[in-house]
Amino acid sequence: MGDVVVAEKLVKNYDEFRAVDSIGFSIHQGECFGFLGPNGAGKSTTMRMIHCASPLTSGRLTVLDMDVQVDPRRIKALIGVAPQENNLDPDFSVIKNLTSYARYFNMEKALALKRSEELLKFMQLTEKRDEMVESLSGGMKRRLIIARALINEPRILILDEPTTGLDPQARHLIWERIRELKRKGVTVILTTHYMDEAEKLCDRLVIMDKGKIVVEGTPRKLIEERIGAEVLEIDEPSPEMEVFVQAKGWDFERTADRLLIYSRCCEDLLGELRTKFQLESVIIRRASLEDVFLRLTGRRLVE
Amino acid sequence: MSLVKNISWRSWSVWKRNRDVFLTTWKTNFLPPFLEPILYLVAMGLGFGVLINDLVFRGETIEYIQFLAPGLLAISIMYGAFFECSFGSFVRMHYQKTFDAMVATPLTIEDVITGEILWGATKSLINTTIVLVVVTAFGLADFPGLIFVPVIAFLGGMMFASLAMLFTALVPNIDSFNYPFFLLVTPMFLFSGTFFPLDVLPNWAQTLAYALPLTHVSIVVRDLCFNYFVLIDLASIAYMIVFTIIFFFASLYLMKRRLIK
Ligand SMILES: Nc1ncnc2c1ncn2[C@@H]1O[C@H](COP(=O)(O)OP(=O)(O)OP(=O)(O)O)[C@@H](O)[C@H]1O
Ligand SMILES: [Mg+2]
Repeated sequence: MGDVVVAEKLVKNYDEFRAVDSIGFSIHQGECFGFLGPNGAGKSTTMRMIHCASPLTSGRLTVLDMDVQVDPRRIKALIGVAPQENNLDPDFSVIKNLTSYARYFNMEKALALKRSEELLKFMQLTEKRDEMVESLSGGMKRRLIIARALINEPRILILDEPTTGLDPQARHLIWERIRELKRKGVTVILTTHYMDEAEKLCDRLVIMDKGKIVVEGTPRKLIEERIGAEVLEIDEPSPEMEVFVQAKGWDFERTADRLLIYSRCCEDLLGELRTKFQLESVIIRRASLEDVFLRLTGRRLVE
Repeated sequence: MSLVKNISWRSWSVWKRNRDVFLTTWKTNFLPPFLEPILYLVAMGLGFGVLINDLVFRGETIEYIQFLAPGLLAISIMYGAFFECSFGSFVRMHYQKTFDAMVATPLTIEDVITGEILWGATKSLINTTIVLVVVTAFGLADFPGLIFVPVIAFLGGMMFASLAMLFTALVPNIDSFNYPFFLLVTPMFLFSGTFFPLDVLPNWAQTLAYALPLTHVSIVVRDLCFNYFVLIDLASIAYMIVFTIIFFFASLYLMKRRLIK
């Protein structure tokens, strides 16, 4: 099983502004690969380059062993795209959105209708079959966009924030579907701002910031390496406590109102702290991808 | 040239998309092109036309309404395509993001724009055919010339659709279409030999009028309605073909520049 997407020194400039800054990655056949990063990190721009909507400024990018600059038509025939921004066709009903989209792939009419009905079922939209798109809720629109992305039975599915703004039921449905597609061998490329989602779905992921890849790995490994198994959170710590932690050389971070101590550095943090301080508001919790993310991309808003 | 290479038969799937939308709303689509020429023919042809005598066309004295009818056909050729590929295409491109959705499929941006322009020309063909039915019912177009009017409607439609697409590629927002409409479309509507013969104008204005695309459409359509066919018609058809090609490729180029980021 080879790599289905390979990027080397990929650069994208919008006029003077560099949105993607010389990144490299390779996505394996059949895995779910995540792109995480704060707003403006360059995730969608990278997605758009992969599905040949946005030309590269420089570097190399191949999809299914084809160069995006040479074979965009053939690449696009083999992948499915659910963009971040809704672009369903408001002039059509739900079912017609799928069948007209199938026509852009030159799919035969009867087959298009059959696949469209199957996909409505797959995404639990059969009831809405004949409604116009405007009358759908946000979550239904997202589901329809994913159904539409699957119309050509793609080998690679690109999902740019598929669950943003959805209720838990809808998110779980989409997660189940993604896992089902993966079992069928579809490679899934996902961007998301939900760390739990990335942790659950992604086999491997990268975290991007300001156009660069900051880190790459499996969610578990990233958490272990960067944080450890647990995080000790102390609310409103006293200055002495901070001095103590610093003197100990522990791996910690001071946020506006808390002290976070990461367990990868040492054993029995709590025990040692207890010998010196009266600890009331302390939490020990499992480390998560969110800790890694915030650590690497900073805790303040960039803009 | 890569612009040519990127156009394919797949453009028709874009055309079909627009046709399907048109067919779901056809009842409202058919009425205006049917009623409007009747209003013009009655008000201007029968009413206003009474004031006009001795109108000579190609050596024959004709009634004003006979002169007006081919003008209305030419106008419907212009408006059908121009509206479709200005406001219509802009809404699909900018508000509905339809083009974005299409280019995520094997369609290229060139396919999409070509499909839109073909559809714009088809709108001219449909609207003009409806007007032609009315005009023929009034006895104002003759066989066999009138049979070729739809062909000119499609060709002229390609020209105006491409011209409109050029502005769609350039305008910053939908209100900016007021400029091409006010500065180009309305002057053409009035001064292209549609409502009065161009030879009443001073020489310099005639020269200007002959530069306008609609003038050539109205020359050919009028000659067809009267069953004339003379050398100037060939020149006008050549004008249409040349300008269609220029506008078409210019609009492809500018659209690519606008949309590919
Ligand atoms: N068409 C464009 N023209 C100019 N700049 C752009 C364009 N598209 C994106 N950018 C800029 O490129 C940067 C990366 O944008 P991108 O959409 O890739 O970010 P993202 O990681 O997807 O962010 P988000 O999480 O908000 O979706 C941003 O600073 C954005 O302003
Ligand atoms: Mg994005």
